[in-house]
Formats: sequence, C-alpha cells, structure tokens
Amino acid sequence: METYRADVAHIGKSVIIKGELSGSEDLYLDGEVEGNIDLHNHNLVIGPNGRVRANVHAKDVVIHGKVDGKITGVDKVELKKSAVLNGDITTQRIVIEDGAFFKGAIDIRKADAKAEPVRAAVQAAAATPTVNAPAPFTIPSGIPEKK
Amino acid sequence: MGFFRNIFGGGAESASSKSEVERVPRRSTGFNQFTRTILRPDGQKILDLGPTSPSNITYLTGLGHKAYNEDVLAEANESRLIIPGPEEGSKTVDVERFLAEDLCYDPETFDAVLMWDVCDYLPEPLVKPVVDRIYQITKPRGAVLAFFHTREAGVEAPYHRYHIKDDNILELQQGPHFKLQRTFQNRHIEGLFHDFNSIKFFLGKENIREVLLLR
Repeated sequence: METYRADVAHIGKSVIIKGELSGSEDLYLDGEVEGNIDLHNHNLVIGPNGRVRANVHAKDVVIHGKVDGKITGVDKVELKKSAVLNGDITTQRIVIEDGAFFKGAIDIRKADAKAEPVRAAVQAAAATPTVNAPAPFTIPSGIPEKK
Repeated sequence: MGFFRNIFGGGAESASSKSEVERVPRRSTGFNQFTRTILRPDGQKILDLGPTSPSNITYLTGLGHKAYNEDVLAEANESRLIIPGPEEGSKTVDVERFLAEDLCYDPETFDAVLMWDVCDYLPEPLVKPVVDRIYQITKPRGAVLAFFHTREAGVEAPYHRYHIKDDNILELQQGPHFKLQRTFQNRHIEGLFHDFNSIKFFLGKENIREVLLLR
C-alpha cells in the first residue's frame, strides 16, 4: 500500500514533464516524463502509471510502469511484473519479476570480484553432468527456486 | 531500501498468476552443447528471442555475458504489424516494418542466439526474413540454438516458454497462446539455415528436435 513520505519527492499521475529532471533526493514518479532523469546517488521508483521516455540514472531503480530509454542503476535495477521496458540496462544487480516485459540488453558491471567465483562454479558445473549451477543474483519473489 | 518497503507494503511481492504456472524440467542435449560454445571468456553478447525470463537473464549474466532479450513472437503478433493481404479480405504481416523495428542490430553483433521454437510459431511471411536477420547479426562461428516440433507433436502443440535451470536442464512453462503454424522436416530446416556452416540435430523429449547451428 502506498504511503506518502515527506522525504521522498512525488510526481503524481496527472503530471507531465518535458525536459531534464534531476535531484538529490529519492523520487516516486507516477506521471509522464520525456527527456532525461538524473538522481545521482538517490533512488527512483516509476509507479504503475508512470510513462517515461528518457534515459535514467539513479542509485536504485524500481520500475512498475512503462519506460523507453536507457536505465543506469548504480546499485540495482528492479523490474516489477507490470513493468514494460524498451531500453538497455546497466547495473550491478538486476531483479526481474516474472511477467515483466523487457526488450534490450543487460550489462552487469560489478564493483567487486564476486562474479569470478560464480562464473568458475558455473563452468565447473558444465563439466559435471548433474551439478546445478548456483544462482548469482537475487531470485525475485514468485520465481521458483533453482535447487 | 526502507523507502521502497513502505511504498509497497513491505516484504517480497506475492507471485502473480502468470508465475504460478508450473515449470516442468527437461534435460536438453542441444542446450548443453550450446552452453559449451559460450563458456569462453566472459563479455559475450547473447540474444534470447523468447519472452523475458529472469532465469535466463540470471544464467547468462552469471556467466559474465551481456544478455539481450527480444520477444520475437510477441512483437510479430502485434496488431500494428497486421496489414491487408493480397487477396480481398485477407490479412498479412508487414515484414518491412517488422524488420525496421525489431531485431535491429549491427551485423555480426552476437556471439550466440537462443531462438527456441520461434520458427514454429512465426507468421509465415516472417520465417525466412527472421532467419536471414539472425544470420546477419550473428558473428562468424557464433552459435544459434533452435527447437522444432516434430509432426507427432500435433497441430495443438501448446506454446512453452523456456527457462534455463542450468547448463543441462531447461524448464518448460506453458506460456501465451500462440498457434503452431507449421512443422518442419529436417531437409526444410537445412534449407532454411543453409547459409550456416554447420548444423547438428538432437532429438529431445515431447516431440522436439533441437538444432545447434554454427555460423
């Protein structure tokens, strides 16, 4: 259930913005934005009514609505089941709920060396017929466990 | 992340009815062979032509690759692509518009492509153009994995999404209702992909032929 918080900027579903959108606080966006969105080290949530035609740069990006544009989530990008994204994603961690529509490329750029042991494990599993590869990223809720 | 929990009621989202559709595991020799071709250094570009699958994206990015996703069947069945056909009252697919808006990548972009059983369900006018486009955007020596129903599967063979469980096992999940358009014989498959350098057939379960191609 959505609750209003004074420390989060809120753009309602009737609001239409054309141009550059930047800020230094978290943003909940449920309206229309065309242009560019840059929140630096803050988080962005695009609500179910959100319609964004812009490149997005934020710390964490959670998408419920429709986006056409490149998404850069410095830490994480999350596509909820109602999300429709046409554009590339660059992030450290991706979470996709089943039902989300995505057309584009996903480029995982980890800040540390955690990816190396995981890749080694997956490659070792390929040589052994019955070993299951470990899942390196968070499994969104509703997705069956890969065990 | 407390901000997000407060907005959306806390905790994990509950499963949608779509994600509750059962997934049936199936061992796949073709996919296993495909994975061997992509276990090279990371950073490869892999194109998945099925519906968005978190499992597939997790698997491919877990190998250190860049995962691309384009749901070709969903795109091909969009109403915007339906145009009047040559005969009065008939309809067809706008192939030109499809190729202008979909699968638009530079030549020789991808190291590997997961076609799944797209060719069995595509509208007829799109089959050859899509295969030709896949050839163009695949790198030399790149791999393409494609599945084809055998005649025994029957015209009512349901459409399944393919989720990667590991390098040997796929999970099939009944997906959107797409009608099986055709079944190919081996020689037709060879003709369709004649530009590719090599083609290997593997017999899978549930009346599926698995085909691994190298450009």
